[in-house]
Amino acid sequence: MGFFSRFLIPNPSPVIYSSMVAIGVTVLLIIVGITHFKKWFYLWSGWLTTVDHKRIGIMYLISALLMLFRGGVDAVMMRAQLAVPDNKLLDSQHYNEIFSTHGVVMILFMAMPYIMALMNFVVPLQIGARDVAFPRLNAISFWLFFMGAMLFNISFVIGGSPDAGWSSYFPLAGNEFSPHVGTNYYMIGIQIAGIGTLMTGINFLTTILKMRAPGMTLMKMPMFTWSSLVTSIIIVFAFPVLTVALIMGTMDRLFATKFFTMTDGGMDMLWANLFWVWGHPEVYILILPAFGLFSEIIPTFSRRNLYGYRSMVASMVFISIYSFFVWTHHFFTMGQAAYVNSIFSITTMVIAIPTGIKIFNWLFTMWKGRIRFTVPMLYSIGFIPLFTIGGVTGVMLAMSAADYQYHNTMFLVAHFHNVIIPGVVFAVLGAGTYYWPKMFGFMLNERIGKWAFWFLTIGFCLAFFPMYITGLDGQARRIYTYSESTGFGPLNMISFIGAVLMAISFVLIVYTIYYSIRHAPKDVGDDPWDARSLEWATHNPVPEYNFAIIPQVNSRETFWDAKYKGHELFKGDYEKIHMPNNSGVPFIMSCIFFVFGFALVFSIWFLAIIGLIGIFVCMAHRSFEIDHGHYISVEEIKETEAKFRGVNKWK
Amino acid sequence: MKIKWVLLAFLSTIVNVLSGCESLAVLDPKGPQAQTQANVIWLSIAIMAVIVIVVCAILVFVLTKYRDSKLPKDYEPPYIEGNHVVETIIVGVPILIVIFFSVVSVISNNKVEATPEGYKGQDPLVIYASSSDWKWHFSYPENDIETVNYLYIPTNRPLEFKLYSFGPITSFWIPQLGGQKYAMSNMVTTLHLAADESVEMMGRNANFSGKGFAENTFHVEAMSQDKFDEWVKEVKETAKPITEVRFNELLKPGHEGQLTFTGTHLDFSPAPEGENAGHHHGSSDSNANSKGEHMEHDHKSSNSKEKSPHKHE
Ligand code: HEM
Ligand SMILES: [Cu+2]
Ligand SMILES: [Cu+2]
Repeated sequence: MGFFSRFLIPNPSPVIYSSMVAIGVTVLLIIVGITHFKKWFYLWSGWLTTVDHKRIGIMYLISALLMLFRGGVDAVMMRAQLAVPDNKLLDSQHYNEIFSTHGVVMILFMAMPYIMALMNFVVPLQIGARDVAFPRLNAISFWLFFMGAMLFNISFVIGGSPDAGWSSYFPLAGNEFSPHVGTNYYMIGIQIAGIGTLMTGINFLTTILKMRAPGMTLMKMPMFTWSSLVTSIIIVFAFPVLTVALIMGTMDRLFATKFFTMTDGGMDMLWANLFWVWGHPEVYILILPAFGLFSEIIPTFSRRNLYGYRSMVASMVFISIYSFFVWTHHFFTMGQAAYVNSIFSITTMVIAIPTGIKIFNWLFTMWKGRIRFTVPMLYSIGFIPLFTIGGVTGVMLAMSAADYQYHNTMFLVAHFHNVIIPGVVFAVLGAGTYYWPKMFGFMLNERIGKWAFWFLTIGFCLAFFPMYITGLDGQARRIYTYSESTGFGPLNMISFIGAVLMAISFVLIVYTIYYSIRHAPKDVGDDPWDARSLEWATHNPVPEYNFAIIPQVNSRETFWDAKYKGHELFKGDYEKIHMPNNSGVPFIMSCIFFVFGFALVFSIWFLAIIGLIGIFVCMAHRSFEIDHGHYISVEEIKETEAKFRGVNKWK
Repeated sequence: MKIKWVLLAFLSTIVNVLSGCESLAVLDPKGPQAQTQANVIWLSIAIMAVIVIVVCAILVFVLTKYRDSKLPKDYEPPYIEGNHVVETIIVGVPILIVIFFSVVSVISNNKVEATPEGYKGQDPLVIYASSSDWKWHFSYPENDIETVNYLYIPTNRPLEFKLYSFGPITSFWIPQLGGQKYAMSNMVTTLHLAADESVEMMGRNANFSGKGFAENTFHVEAMSQDKFDEWVKEVKETAKPITEVRFNELLKPGHEGQLTFTGTHLDFSPAPEGENAGHHHGSSDSNANSKGEHMEHDHKSSNSKEKSPHKHE
């Protein structure tokens, strides 16, 4: 293939050409805008070089929302294509690319960063710390994630997108059956982002174990911090598997090794095993923090402590370990013996027990409470019945004999959306609303938010419940069209309508943000929800150093005690605070990673070598750098604190 | 009370759906394996529905009773750590359910992996089902014929499908006979099925395999043993033999109509089992040596004509 022809899209269509134009115009507008408002310096010093966990959290949040849009457009296009039989809207290749990128984008570039956004923003505040353990590593994690995601996304306009599904099974994903560069993007884009995630895991593990405020023993940690701790542990064990699998896949594609080939001793199922050894824990990496978030929101809006704290913790720890022993349920049909299927069938079902415990604990938290139906609470309430349905269908799938009939069908698609949307998406949207005032200092409009919630919920039910039925009627997943005679038509039309409602809800969410920026009051106090944990003990928005004085913890709900039981949270006086310096290296290094990745995707070796050298230069630079950070003086702290109204309220 | 209405709507859809389920392919079994699976599915739907209803009921109760606007102004929620009785129940009941399901699962696993119930002791009809992009090749070693994209099977006789693939992983699935197992390039997996009735059914590849995946379906027809024998005889008289050249042509990516041949491709392109086996993962397949006996047929069908693509309306 000629050098330039590799960069062309294998089968372009008007959709792709118009999005190329749209992307070009948007980039141009952004550049012009920043230049016009003279914001380059602000952007560089305030954001691109920041090591502040709160700003990194916000950047994660923005990326996640952008990716939600990208994945959402894919989703609506898929549902539009399937809405009527024999539809000609998309061709097979285009559809395959769309569901592959949709899956990857939603899981890895939307749900993950959204969780990371909240972890980054909330965890240090919740444990009364000034930052994460390794602030600069945190910046690198973010920028690697970001560059991995961007690399993956340009596949849409340069060279072609992956088309072997988000699970990218070999040999389909090998060169023989996926000759264009799409799967290279998959391997390398996810690799770069995954390294970032692994470092986040290490960072938060250390942060939570080492940087808790005095008095906060493990059993006094708030639930979201617990879930982040457990998640970090899963990340540290699961992501290396992904790294290795992706390296092997990349080698097969770029250097003609034979790990996953059909001949020469390659084993296609080795990929499936490695993928799911990572992939199954991955879904718990998403859902456990979501559980943590619900455990923050539900007590707050029930005005009660979390019921069964100990069993909540125990069940999470149990799930985290067990999530590594069930991966085979993703290929019950691969021809292993009945006893193997039986073992994994049982281990899978066992996970339903701790999950059930959690559901009941949330129900009992609301019991005897004083329930306020705010937007975050609506998401949490909606989550309970919907997630229960998703969970019980999971148990149904776990019965391997029956899974022979569900596997690879719309029933499965319905199930995993049924856990992932009410579980993860509801959690992050609810928590996004909940923490919004902490992040930005004003509240999101409740009325529009409630509309968005109802559109999302009703849209969700319409979009996904019919799939259970079409699945049982024999509709396989990932088919781009079907004939009239199958009778799948009407139910798929309902799904399409549901998808449109969900899209509307997303527009409403964006609109709430826009509306609230313009109209919401800008002083809501530090604790607008009357919440219970430490993150609400500091100001809105949070000052750079988080807490002027490190809080003293005496119980699980120390802030609540401070408000209503006279516990003294901030003892002692202001002292100068040590903070890390900003650094451009994480951003620059990640840009080089991007170039390096791009060069690998297209096998441009000289550029790859230059990139590799660049990466090592950045690392070397760090090891010779002398940087002791800086101090914030007592005067400056006093000044900042004085600017906030209600200063020293809890002091 | 919006929530209540939503829940009511849920329940009524569930009821409606359940009443319409009889005609869904998977829940309309035509053989013992699919029957076993449908039974497991119905049983799990029933028990799971109870769980969902209990959770919804508690939720509705709590939400109506303890909503802010309904409570007296001075009501302050109590601090409750937990309760041993309650916790025993919410741990104990799920454990019992899981134990029950585990037993059901183990029993049904063994059923679907073995010769179908009621067909034990009979000599199975072995059919090799192999996939290529994007076709299905069915070889009948016993009858020494081969078809593409359609499958005729006798009723009331156990069927033993030997699955493998000439390309990406595919999955052999006939919803009404029982599901699905992977066909892979360097090993053979075994699926035991049987048909109780003479019916026409849909079969397909259920595992995504690239561009032509959506159309990667095949037609299944179950018929009495007599009819089946008649068909075999007809094929032998009218169809052309499958040759290596012709077969390699068929393996090229693309779709084909329904084709019929005498002989099988196993003669010149044996399945990856026995000494050709690539790997296996502890399959409970007891028929590792079945290949030898099927390979001994001799084929003297040189003068038969290739039948024009088999047409079905
Ligand atoms: C507007 C909401 C959404 C709609 C309408 C939607 C629709 C779909 C459809 C039609 C498929 C393809 C099923 C198939 O044929 O295999 C799919 C696959 C998938 N979706 Fe979604 N989806 C939505 C949201 C999400 C979200 C929020 C996530 C994750 C957080 C997600 C994760 C996935 C994954 C992992 C796949 C599998 C991709 C693959 O088969 O490779 N989806 N979705
Ligand atoms: Cu799993
Ligand atoms: Cu195998």
